[in-house]
Amino acid sequence: MFGKQMFPGGVHPHEGVGGKAANQGNAIREMPAPRRVIIPLSMHIGAPARPVVQKGDHVLMGQVIAEAGGFVSAPIHASVSGTVLEIGEAQMPNGAIVRAILIDNDFRDEWVELHPCGHPETLTPAEAQQVIREAGIVGMGGAAFPTAVKLTPAPGKVIEKLILNGAECEPYLTADHRLMLEKAVEIVDGLRLVMLAFGVKDAIIGIEDNKPDAIAAMRAAAKPVDGIRVQALPVRYPQGGEKQLIYALTRRVVPNGGLPLDVGCVVCNVGTMYAIDQAIREGRPLVQRVTTIGGLVQNPGNYLVRIGTPVRHLLDACGGLRAEAKMLVSGGPMMGQAFNNLETPVTKGTSGIIALGADSLDPDEGPCIRCGRCMRACPMKLLPVHMDHFIREFNYNEAERLGVMNCIECGACTYVCPAKRLLTQSFRMGKKVITARRKAAAELAKKEKEEAERERAAREAAEKKEG
Amino acid sequence: MQAKWTIAPAPHVRDNVTSRRIMIDVCLALAPAGIMSIVYFGAAAAGLIAISVLTCVLTEYLYQRLTGAKVTVGDWSAVVTGLLLAYNIPASAPWWIPVVGGVFAILIVKQLFGGIGSNFMNPALTARAVLFISWGSIMGAYPATQLMADTVSGATPLALLAEDASQVNLVDLLIGNCGGVLGETCKIALILGGVYLIVRGIIDWRVPACFIGMVFVCYLFMGGFDLALKEILAGGLMLGAFFMATDYATTPTSVLGRCIMGAGCGLLCFVIRAFANYPEGCSFAILFMNVATPLIDRFTMTKHFGEVKKHG
Repeated sequence: MFGKQMFPGGVHPHEGVGGKAANQGNAIREMPAPRRVIIPLSMHIGAPARPVVQKGDHVLMGQVIAEAGGFVSAPIHASVSGTVLEIGEAQMPNGAIVRAILIDNDFRDEWVELHPCGHPETLTPAEAQQVIREAGIVGMGGAAFPTAVKLTPAPGKVIEKLILNGAECEPYLTADHRLMLEKAVEIVDGLRLVMLAFGVKDAIIGIEDNKPDAIAAMRAAAKPVDGIRVQALPVRYPQGGEKQLIYALTRRVVPNGGLPLDVGCVVCNVGTMYAIDQAIREGRPLVQRVTTIGGLVQNPGNYLVRIGTPVRHLLDACGGLRAEAKMLVSGGPMMGQAFNNLETPVTKGTSGIIALGADSLDPDEGPCIRCGRCMRACPMKLLPVHMDHFIREFNYNEAERLGVMNCIECGACTYVCPAKRLLTQSFRMGKKVITARRKAAAELAKKEKEEAERERAAREAAEKKEG
Repeated sequence: MQAKWTIAPAPHVRDNVTSRRIMIDVCLALAPAGIMSIVYFGAAAAGLIAISVLTCVLTEYLYQRLTGAKVTVGDWSAVVTGLLLAYNIPASAPWWIPVVGGVFAILIVKQLFGGIGSNFMNPALTARAVLFISWGSIMGAYPATQLMADTVSGATPLALLAEDASQVNLVDLLIGNCGGVLGETCKIALILGGVYLIVRGIIDWRVPACFIGMVFVCYLFMGGFDLALKEILAGGLMLGAFFMATDYATTPTSVLGRCIMGAGCGLLCFVIRAFANYPEGCSFAILFMNVATPLIDRFTMTKHFGEVKKHG
């Protein structure tokens, strides 16, 4: 239906200085551990983790320092060995201040005793979920949704296809590219183990065709394994969007408001699959990840970074920023968050830290000229031009009718807008208002129901009395 | 490293296409037709074009200064309106015609309705209609080109076609050696400009394709191939199809909507040309479809990706 393009809409955002071209040849190097790590307790979607260590405790690398705070949550492990300085605070890239465990590194890197899985190829679904949950694994493409929850289908749903996301469609980021090149065997092994555990017969690895070396490496690794196919995809942003990738690879459409499992799919990032392999084969929890440091830094690179490393430490290790740098972004330039606190730590979902220049500062917004480019760029086939119009008039009902709640905030419409309007921001705001209203309406309805219930009870009591 | 880092909402990269760049491209695409009008109609054409563009830009500038609005003449959209207006005026018109038209187009049609993107009818075309209705004899006089054999102010190709198609020479139509308003005569120049805009991704090819195609098909059924071919090359059809029916503000935004826009313009243009007591139907056809645009937009909304049927 959408030809070679693979999914509706989309754009081809340009790279800048220190982008993919400058970085994809840089092999993954280990970033020296910092003097102190700041490990946030909410770096995943869901309930914050609950600390299980106290100020002054000595911890080993890989030791659980906070346990999952609920079903949708993940435990957190120490990424260095050393002494817990305090349970303090960290500022996240989105500006939020969250609780965090600060650990002073003793630079001994003493690990806790690891317990590799004894029978990795015959895990039951429940065992696999447990290993993944206990290793603290969350989606490493950026969303940081707890992976064990993703792999727990609701009753009646079956995982038919596992989809591995190696699209890495954001400009500048090369972490997944390098990981696929250097750890292809491990990623495929992890995928195979998950397939065995959950009885999945079919897996597709989607990689954009600007990474031919990664495609070749993954194909070679996947060749001896039955049921795994590597699919090259044309370069198009947001190919790595869950719904877009599922459509591109299977032609299945995830219904609005639904989950990939509604069409029998589970999507995992390649980095996540590598972490799963490490957890099953070696018993290693998620304490470090590959992060791209790119853009206007002196020496861009791809680094294996301890979770909780402050950005300041990363930038120093890369020779510092170039003079032209004006903005720091966590993640890619299309969806990443700009931040200004250099003590912001690397979290489980930090795919990259990039520095951007003056050309990334927002130009003045002009009036909409109704060119319709945003509509053609929208991968959800929404009507940004009209939704923006309504949201700016505070007509949220009409915006909701036009489907603003289905906006995935990919930024494609804002990217193409010739009037430089902040469309995505307008939709973010609209979605927040609509969500708040829905919540308020639900609460009001509940309250009214309770009120009616009370009145009825009172009336009945009164009647009884009279009678 | 105690510098201040800018905080801004994502995305942090933008395409380099701007509204200004788009308008400049439209001006570039209109240039060949303008040059040909000067070749055919001489200094009078150059003067009218200059007056029209200056009036439009100045009106926009003064209005925005006087109302304290942000001055946006830098976006070149007033230049586009000025050019389009001039192209719709005959070479014999006096200097005040583009002045009145320019003020009307920019002040009444564009700025009073909210400026760029908010007008509901094409400013240049609306001004043309007003001028035509108010000063019919001036706007309806089509002087012959300087290269034509008989220099009498004569009938336009459209009027001739209505009588007998064989009177009209196809080559003259293509190169523009025929009667008509300034910018509409040279079809080769207009097609060149239109193709440029399509290649640059500025206009949707569907609008001119549906517009011209519809007129062609209608005349094909009515009078055969020769008449159909000459009809699409006569009058303001090419100018309208490529440059005015594609005006962003006054055409639907969806793909299907743009097809309907083009086809609707074509059908109305044919009906007016063939059956009404009025040889040129192009401008009124476009204006009519401009007014229908919000309606078309409303009825051509596409399903979202993943939208499920509510009742089914």
